[in-house]
Amino acid sequence: MRNVIPVLTIVAALIALWYIAVVPMNGQWTQDQARRAGQDLSFSELVADTMSQSRPRLPAPHQVAAELWNSTIVEEMTGRRGFMNTGSLSNRSLIYHGWVTLSATLLGFAIGSGLGIALAVGIVHNRAMDASVMPWAIASQTIPILAIAPMIIVVLNAVGITGLIPKAIISTYLSFFPVVVGMVKGLRAPDQMQLDLMKTYSASGPQVFAKLRWPSAMPYLFASLKVGIAAALVGAIVAELPTGASAGLGARLLSGSYFGQTLQIWSALFAAAILAASMVALIGLIQRVTLKRMGMAA
Amino acid sequence: MKDTRSSQTTAPVIEAQGLNLTFETADGPVQALKDVELSIHKGEFVSFIGPSGCGKTTFLRVIADLEQPTAGTITVNGMTPAEARKARAYGYVFQAAGLYPWRTIAGNVKLPLEIMGYAKSEQEKRVKNVLELVELSGFERKFPWQLSGGMQQRASIARALAFDADILLMDEPFGALDEIVRDRLNEQLLDLWARTEKTIGFVTHSIPEAVYLSTKIVVMSPRPGRITDIIDSPLPRTRPLEIRDSPEFIEIAHRVRDGLRAGHLDD
Repeated sequence: MRNVIPVLTIVAALIALWYIAVVPMNGQWTQDQARRAGQDLSFSELVADTMSQSRPRLPAPHQVAAELWNSTIVEEMTGRRGFMNTGSLSNRSLIYHGWVTLSATLLGFAIGSGLGIALAVGIVHNRAMDASVMPWAIASQTIPILAIAPMIIVVLNAVGITGLIPKAIISTYLSFFPVVVGMVKGLRAPDQMQLDLMKTYSASGPQVFAKLRWPSAMPYLFASLKVGIAAALVGAIVAELPTGASAGLGARLLSGSYFGQTLQIWSALFAAAILAASMVALIGLIQRVTLKRMGMAA
Repeated sequence: MKDTRSSQTTAPVIEAQGLNLTFETADGPVQALKDVELSIHKGEFVSFIGPSGCGKTTFLRVIADLEQPTAGTITVNGMTPAEARKARAYGYVFQAAGLYPWRTIAGNVKLPLEIMGYAKSEQEKRVKNVLELVELSGFERKFPWQLSGGMQQRASIARALAFDADILLMDEPFGALDEIVRDRLNEQLLDLWARTEKTIGFVTHSIPEAVYLSTKIVVMSPRPGRITDIIDSPLPRTRPLEIRDSPEFIEIAHRVRDGLRAGHLDD
């Protein structure tokens, strides 16, 4: 609880800075409008206008908050295509678009973590994989995802795979890497003495893995899963950009920028941030419970 | 006394002949063991003493099949060290307790039993017995960090005793503990040895510890690592702490010290 006050202070400072930036960013347009109408604006009129434009360059925080509220709860509760009226999520709501992106993220994250763990196990146990896999894994991450995402989508589309899978694959592409790096380190965490001890018991390879390497790697696993799930979300959003997808947070970002709907862009951005933060927090919670049960301080 | 008599008639538990071990390092070969000849009989308590680099830990590790000799032969229970290890002939206690932080004390002691495939009920029984033996009953559900260093080391001894190995190899197990705790653990170790009738190989830096515990003291010296003296202790098997003030004790300690000094004169 002692962290709450510093965190709130920082948030308040950021919001204040944001409000201050809104005035010069949107002020030009307001003044142009006023000049054309032959009006003179007082400073307070100017400020009030910059905070309430329908397509501002930089929306004010309360506008983004209102847009977030309207495009989630209000849309689903009262919208013509909302959940309360039709029994299914409205394609105008961020809940619907968030879920589209989230499902691809979770699938990609699951495949990515599984792949990352499998590769790490291979690297730790196999000399050839140790020498060969890591350079490729690193090389894969130096390619800009924006360059490779359209290719993956196009190639998969050509073989008839569309929809969720291509997006999940791009999520996988981004999320396996931190898991590989973390788990290689984690599985190698046991020191020579602990390995010798296992040898004195004539423990088999799988036993050394299950009783020593895997539990030793747990703290590393959770740290890399946190990075991995955030990367998976970025991957899913990026994957929605080049296809002209009609659904997903990426699609909302794209259509927002086509039509100059800055409010839509910002609310989609915040929806993505909230999504990422809650997923990281969820993993943190699982981490705390797991490590506590293992007798280790989180 | 039964054990000492039988030791004369039966084959040695551990027998090394012409044992050599050379490590290849970046600075050239290092001879860790040179022409080591040693027989250890059942029920003996053998201490290896000498300065750093004399090969005492290396010799223990050769017995345990953690290092491979480059020449010579060694048998453990009449087998090669590798066969003996696979037959689970010995328990090994390292310098550090090395308990798994994610397992409770009972869980740590259970570890070798799980690996060796003991039945669940048998595991519980054995954990209870060995924890009693090292006086840690009641600490089953504690995690290692909740115990003092001495208690952790006792738990690691319990772990090495949990399965039925009749050889116990200990590599400076009390090296990191203070004098008072050490005295207490030495007493307990002798008591445990008397009750379990195990053969013990014990590496130490401390002359009083070696003399107090052992029936046989192996004095070693470095560069190359070799045995300079083997002393059969005339002290009785039951030894109160006060025995350390007796003339016999002081005499053996003298001989050990001379052996160590002789090794150093070669430098």
